Amino acid sequence: MDERTEAFLAHVQDGGLVETGDWMPDEYRARLTKFVEMHANSELMGVLPERDWILRAPTLQRKLALTAKIQDEVGHAQLLYRVVDDLGKPRDACLDDLIAGRSKFHNVFHYPTRTWGDVGVIAWLVDAAAIISQKALLKCSYAPYARIMRKICWEESFHILHGRDVVLTLVTGTDMQRELVQEALDRWWEPLMMFHGNPIPADEDPMVHWRIKSQANEEARQQFLEGYVPQVRELGLTLPDPKLRRDDDGVWHYTEPDWDTLMAVVSGHGPASAERLAFRRLSRAEVDWVSRTVLAEAA
Amino acid sequence: MPMVFEVFRRERPGAPMQHAGSIAAPDQRFAEIYAREQYGRRGESEALWLVPRGAIDELGEFVDEFDLKYRRVDGYSIKERLKEARQRAGTLES
Repeated sequence: MDERTEAFLAHVQDGGLVETGDWMPDEYRARLTKFVEMHANSELMGVLPERDWILRAPTLQRKLALTAKIQDEVGHAQLLYRVVDDLGKPRDACLDDLIAGRSKFHNVFHYPTRTWGDVGVIAWLVDAAAIISQKALLKCSYAPYARIMRKICWEESFHILHGRDVVLTLVTGTDMQRELVQEALDRWWEPLMMFHGNPIPADEDPMVHWRIKSQANEEARQQFLEGYVPQVRELGLTLPDPKLRRDDDGVWHYTEPDWDTLMAVVSGHGPASAERLAFRRLSRAEVDWVSRTVLAEAA
Repeated sequence: MPMVFEVFRRERPGAPMQHAGSIAAPDQRFAEIYAREQYGRRGESEALWLVPRGAIDELGEFVDEFDLKYRRVDGYSIKERLKEARQRAGTLES
């Protein structure tokens, strides 16, 4: 490691911040770009499972709220692609890589949404898991990313409430409605347990080393379990893991997810991966004339 | 190629304009629409400024070569002298 890189590393590890125009080591730029790009891809792909339910939302109010949430997520993707663009990778290149399957997006967006129960579970618990990671990113050494995260976290808090409201409506409804949400929860629990990634220790995680992340994967998962298992259980819902328990020291134990499955899912082999990417390819092709026309007119 | 605009927003009347983020748009007209959607759709802003990134003149590196701290409050340490003055005046509380 050369002197300049050493000084940079010491700066970020000491809590120092980095701005767009600042010099940064190639490794830092590459890791940061890949990380933010995956975040952006996840926001963009994350709207597809929910999009499926706009037309089938049970009331007008729900339809409007779901549409607003989806607009927020697309907005987050736009903000994050701007961060990636300023790091040197244009948005078009990101979208090309995404639809060609050369880049990744979060595991939870590779699964189908079968019922309206899924919409509630996603908005409540997937967004809750996401906001735990995103709040930790407020301390990211790359300041432009951390700043954008403030706006994202603010908007996500509405999503969680919206999801919780959907779930509460279902659990206070008919038996069939309650079963709908329980069945969705049973399917979503494993992907949720995989969400924060394998329990790599913080001191071995290169993302923590460069202070792009400041939270270990397992720490995030523990925070999720501590915050949300009681909230799920108090509604009379059950979680499909017989090993799930909290010991006297406050540590949650659970059945370890199969990390090979997680790798397979995020590399495009999840149950809905191919369908989602095909849809994104289609919509990119369909709106291509719009961007060409607009850019030609502006030129 | 899209242009990049830096967006500033005022949260409420009387508040300063603060940097909110940036947007990319093919021209000014689209920039205005995108900025309204991205930074104002929840009524979280009272006003927005759109500035083409190229128009920003950034200055940095403020080196205090001549130790100008007499211009700041941390340039003054009066505790000891205040104590001495009070002693002389006989107003020092024991």
